[in-house]
Amino acid sequence: MKALGIILAGGNSNRMQELTSRRAVSAMPVGGSYRCIDFALSNMSNSRIHTVAVLTQYNARSLNEHLSSSKWWDFGRKQGGLYTFTPTVTASNNWWYRGTADAMYQNIDFLKRRHEPYVIISSGDCVYKVDFNELLDYHIEKKADITIVCKDLPAGTDVSRYGVVRMNEESRIVEFEEKPMMASSNTVSTGIYIIRRRQLIEMLERCAEEERYDFVSDILIRYKNLKRIYGYKLKTYWNNIASIDSYYATNMDFLKPEVRKFFFRDEPKIATKVDDLPPAKYNPGSDVRNSLVASGCIVNSKVENSILFKKAFVGKNCVIKNSIILNDVYIGDNTHIENCIVESRNTLRANTYYCGDNGIKVVCEENARYVM
Amino acid sequence: MIRKEMIAMLLAGGQGSRLGVLTSNVAKPAVAFGGKYRIIDFPLSNCINSGVDTVGVLTQYQPLRLNSHIGIGIPWDLDRNHGGVTVLSPYEKSAGSEWYSGTANAIYQNLSYIDSYNPEYVLILSGDHIYKMDYEVMLDFHKENKADVTIAAMPVPMEEASRFGIVITDENKKILEFEEKPEHPRSNLASMGIYIFTWKVLREALIAMKDQSNCDFGKHIIPYCHQGGRPLYAYEYNGYWKDVGTLGSYWEANMELVDLIPEFNLYEEYWKIYTRTDNVEPQYVSADSVIEKSIIGEGTEIYGEVHNSVIGAGVVIGAGTVIRDSIIMRDTHIGKGCTVDKAIIAEECEIGDEVEMGIGEEAPSRLNESVYAFGLVTIGENSCIPSKVKIGKNTAIAGVTATEDYPDGMLAGGEYIIKAGESK
Repeated sequence: MKALGIILAGGNSNRMQELTSRRAVSAMPVGGSYRCIDFALSNMSNSRIHTVAVLTQYNARSLNEHLSSSKWWDFGRKQGGLYTFTPTVTASNNWWYRGTADAMYQNIDFLKRRHEPYVIISSGDCVYKVDFNELLDYHIEKKADITIVCKDLPAGTDVSRYGVVRMNEESRIVEFEEKPMMASSNTVSTGIYIIRRRQLIEMLERCAEEERYDFVSDILIRYKNLKRIYGYKLKTYWNNIASIDSYYATNMDFLKPEVRKFFFRDEPKIATKVDDLPPAKYNPGSDVRNSLVASGCIVNSKVENSILFKKAFVGKNCVIKNSIILNDVYIGDNTHIENCIVESRNTLRANTYYCGDNGIKVVCEENARYVM
Repeated sequence: MIRKEMIAMLLAGGQGSRLGVLTSNVAKPAVAFGGKYRIIDFPLSNCINSGVDTVGVLTQYQPLRLNSHIGIGIPWDLDRNHGGVTVLSPYEKSAGSEWYSGTANAIYQNLSYIDSYNPEYVLILSGDHIYKMDYEVMLDFHKENKADVTIAAMPVPMEEASRFGIVITDENKKILEFEEKPEHPRSNLASMGIYIFTWKVLREALIAMKDQSNCDFGKHIIPYCHQGGRPLYAYEYNGYWKDVGTLGSYWEANMELVDLIPEFNLYEEYWKIYTRTDNVEPQYVSADSVIEKSIIGEGTEIYGEVHNSVIGAGVVIGAGTVIRDSIIMRDTHIGKGCTVDKAIIAEECEIGDEVEMGIGEEAPSRLNESVYAFGLVTIGENSCIPSKVKIGKNTAIAGVTATEDYPDGMLAGGEYIIKAGESK
């Protein structure tokens, strides 16, 4: 494909509470087996983009561990590959990434040395599946300078944490408001863009000269009337996970047959790092209903409307309801968990009770583990 | 060039005819095991976990599945700049081209492969056993005893010893004698088909015996070394080891995995078993399902009941279907309202609705009495079974079958339907 990929994975979100104190949003586990960034990476790989740069900054250890080998997404080729760019101190710069545009500007040499005519930019905290070739065709057909992938959210959704756009009948963006208190439409930007590489370089350099650092407010919004910025409406599933509620809802969406079919059964598939875990094991006493169970889990009791991520151990006589249990959690006997997200690598003691009464409770326990 | 201290040669060319229709299109080492793995994953994982990073895999019978599974060895970290995994199939020579006619003959035909690594020792493995073993410890034993040949052997119950090759040793485990399937065994140490040879010694023996027809390790090479006065030792192994050569033992070994704390534990952190995985998705268990005492692979969707069974990846089990004591392999779809008792269903089968499997009395198989026993229903890969048929015990089915193939909608115990030709 005639594009290179950039994934913006540097961000933190205070709307994620304790969950992102340990990792970047892009590294959040999603859908039982994946990390959020797998979706952007797989979409790029499946669209035959050969070169992808991941820009990270905030708490990138977990993300870097996940990206330790590029082979799972079929990158790691002589032509192209997967690059991870974290801020570095150079002779001319000792800043962190001061914004999304600055993050790309600090790696402008990478953009200049590549030969692909287009750049596809995606945020790393979205769950979606798209063929970027279709997007590129649309971009060329519209003779656009920038194409923004947009999504109509259901009427009544609180869109105040999104970039909200309004398009005219030709799909040109006529209005773009970042995180408006009062929105004029329910069409939001997904944080996925396509732009000509030279155009991007030019805009980034200009931005840097003016000491502006944000791609949305300093490029998209400022250039809106000057450049041809178009919207491409995504009809299929898309969700951003960067708040506790949307993180919970996105995961629970995977219990719906149409969402499972779209991501698990329909080609192309979403790839992720392979963990070499044994199949899930159901011991006597297990009673699992309407739930997703990942590999390496051992279940000894009741699990309902929940998602068990990889390597969860559920002891005897437990009840797990409407909850998300992240990777490698040990749950002692007789424990009740309801409306909770249990942070990965936690050890929950036997005979304990966790229940989110008003909304979703995030459980972070740091007990020592003596079993196995 | 870096010299390799020990390289492994993994014999994976056999058909495994006692697995019946399970191996009609794949070699035995490529048969699925334990809901996720293939049999060859166990020796390959043992190799890399033991620090043996150079493995020649000898293939001959139906190698396609095996070749694509092994690839360049990425799942086992056997993709190396120097060494790694190499698939060795028989090849044409300027004179005297032949198939691999025996286990030792296969190694003889690949002398130049082994020579290219100039190893001190060669480990001979077979691709049809389920076990975890540290070959490095066995090598230490080999070196300590200044042995030329070390044979891994495990104690078996005396009454079963007559089914195995038995070694008789002195108190230092030096081998004095062998007996192949003795009627009155004098020892219960059974050879496991795992050997370490000092390469110089094996090389000399292979060349000396090159004209022996069907040259075999157990029958020819080991006796040759023994008669030549070479020091042979038995390395006693006491862990879990299972030959899954028959449908009965294959079924049993799978069923043992579902025990609360299985003797062969796949869930230990230490000594991981690696495999190639196509499916990474979690499995879905519906609101009306019941799953008990089972292990279930990735991406499987369960709408019915599963008891005491091993289910592979990407399987779909319809609502109202009840599976008991069965092995269902990768990507098989089972319709609604079926009853499946004690069946082995191979990969990518399509089973209709309201099928009953494993019913009635046991009857001896008319196809092959010794293969299709144990009261099992065995269904080969890519088979189709129409809705509403009944299938008895000790039966075998392979290929796309239709309602007409089942007289009165029933395949009686001991009967079989084998349809040749292209699969669906």
